[in-house]
Amino acid sequence: MDQPVLVIEAGKGERQYWRDILRYRELFYFLAWRDVLVRYKQTVIGIAWALVRPFLTMVVFTVVFGKLAKLPSEGVPYPLLTFAALLPWQFFSNALTESSGSLITNANMITKIYFPRLVIPTSAVVVSFIDFLISFVIFVGLMVWYRFIPPATVFFLPVFAFLSFGAAMGAGLWLAALTVKYRDFRYIVPFIVQFGLYVSPVGFSSSIVPGKYQLLYSLNPMVGIIDCFRWSMLGSIAFPFTSFSLAVVIVALMNVTGIIYFRKTERAFADII
Amino acid sequence: MAASAITVENLGKRYIIGHQSRTRGSYVALRDVISDAGRNFGRRLLHPLQHAESGGLERDEFWALREVGFEIGEGERLGIIGGNGAGKSTLLKLLSRIVEPSTGRITIKGRVASLLEVGTGFHPELTGRENVYLNGAILGMARAEIRRKFDEIVAFAEVERFLDTPVKRYSSGMYVRLAFAVAAHLEPEILIVDEVLAVGDAAFQKKCLGKMEQVGREGRTVLFVSHNMSAIEQLCDRCLFIRKGRLDLDSRDVRSVINCYLFGQAQEGLTSEWKNSGAEFENPWFKPLRVFLAGAGGEPRGNPFRNDDEMWLCVEGEVTELDDRLAVAYSIFNEDNLKLYETATHDVLPGSLSRLRPGRCIVRTRIPSRFLNEGDFRISVAVFRHFKGFVCDFQDPSVPSVSLVIRGGLSDSPNWVQKRTGVIAPEFPWVVEQQSVPAA
Repeated sequence: MDQPVLVIEAGKGERQYWRDILRYRELFYFLAWRDVLVRYKQTVIGIAWALVRPFLTMVVFTVVFGKLAKLPSEGVPYPLLTFAALLPWQFFSNALTESSGSLITNANMITKIYFPRLVIPTSAVVVSFIDFLISFVIFVGLMVWYRFIPPATVFFLPVFAFLSFGAAMGAGLWLAALTVKYRDFRYIVPFIVQFGLYVSPVGFSSSIVPGKYQLLYSLNPMVGIIDCFRWSMLGSIAFPFTSFSLAVVIVALMNVTGIIYFRKTERAFADII
Repeated sequence: MAASAITVENLGKRYIIGHQSRTRGSYVALRDVISDAGRNFGRRLLHPLQHAESGGLERDEFWALREVGFEIGEGERLGIIGGNGAGKSTLLKLLSRIVEPSTGRITIKGRVASLLEVGTGFHPELTGRENVYLNGAILGMARAEIRRKFDEIVAFAEVERFLDTPVKRYSSGMYVRLAFAVAAHLEPEILIVDEVLAVGDAAFQKKCLGKMEQVGREGRTVLFVSHNMSAIEQLCDRCLFIRKGRLDLDSRDVRSVINCYLFGQAQEGLTSEWKNSGAEFENPWFKPLRVFLAGAGGEPRGNPFRNDDEMWLCVEGEVTELDDRLAVAYSIFNEDNLKLYETATHDVLPGSLSRLRPGRCIVRTRIPSRFLNEGDFRISVAVFRHFKGFVCDFQDPSVPSVSLVIRGGLSDSPNWVQKRTGVIAPEFPWVVEQQSVPAA
């Protein structure tokens, strides 16, 4: 008989873990599909919420930063400047919020059924990624409105989308695992998101940050990601090499340590959740 | 013997119970971690010579399961029984990889599907159809596999008409049926089921049992935890009894394991014997010394009784002075403290107790078989002299009492294996008479 043999031993991670992830790959899809379906049930405008929120945020940022504070706009219409940043930022902040609470929300499943727990926070990120793709519709609308033709660098966009996915995953894994153990993180996460909005160049251009603080400022991986979005979609700045490389390194680091920490604590999830 | 599907060696699961977290739920708050660290630091500062203690939280170890070992052959249907908190569910959780063992090792051959709860992962907002796919995926089925079995699942659950209704509008019966149907159509080599039959109506329970039996007949291994002893007896060909985290019994004689479990359970708290502590109910006519339950032949025995067992109530007393009006009586109460009936010696045998002679004697009476329902009963014994007053009275809180526990043996019919509603559950004869035959 060539049935798979599974050995469960105290204190040892299972060797089959990554094979299981492969076996449960459809669960990624189903959980994301469930959350998307459920999210807009019994709402009047449904999926349009994915458009309304970023649109209104863009309007507010344009008025506050562009019109009232009169910040520089890198030579493009201010709504475009803001929206190119809002795309990755809203994805990141939604993904972070959703994935950090995802294990608690699905506690019932975790205590009753086995599957690789990594599926849950990942699916939460995927759901936010779908919203992210939907909100591109607004960007297209803005380009038509302003008769703006994006530069050829726009074809690099998938690379940066992937990078922002990585940033959301890495931070999401950490926070998801930490929230299971320390419920304090339920209160910390909204704060991180709020705080992050001010230290990332969402409503303004990175150019207004004084030169001597640029390096410190770029330690926030969202700085590199947002600047790269602007570079590829608007062509308004030169390629932000330093902040991009920093972002890549930090995202990679967050993912590696995130997965290690998640795997380490995962085995006890059902006991402590 | 067939090849083994599951081998369990020296399995243990330990939980640390922090006293603080016991009052606030099981998770740790960051605040506690920080304040404990601070407190330890302070203590070390104040008492530098003392050893640092292992943390400010007082810790208690609790072994939910300890040194459990067994082997299950392919195609065996194993029942697992034990009281609440004995560790049955922990064992199933370990086997289904939900929690990690603290000691030992499990080797599993084949794909495992575990059904620890009906409808896990069901989302109330989604329709029946959507939930079948979702639940299937959670249980580890591929989409193609679910699609192939979809009609079969729906037919089994009998919810065809409501497939596109959100399950939050389902009746609880429909919900459970659909959930079980999905799980029942997994095709694992090993099926682990925890007490899911407690829900759903009798007809559906029967259907579930039938399905599980079929799974077993197809050569798959079934592990089944239940408090429904007749279901275990019907379904399993081997039974484990877990008590306080340890494997107490493991045998192919399912009925004897069940009896052992029920007997042990009955012993805890529900005593089948009352003894006079010495000077209680002092009187010359009949001083009750001992009240006990007995089986056939008057041998004292413990609970539980099967409903078709011979059950005797025996009252041992000491007589110094004869009195014609002496009577011994008992009342029986069910779990709701409802008095079912009362009976006394002078009901049937006027003056028979006058044949008592001074000295020790036993008065006994048979409790009707197949008359009471399954359940726990309290029997209180009263002794009195007719119209002359009580020696001991039912109203007296210290009245001699014993517990009678009846489990199983409700009837010989396969259609009546569970406790019925109603205060009593007597078995009555039925007669069928042919009045006419249709003209040929």
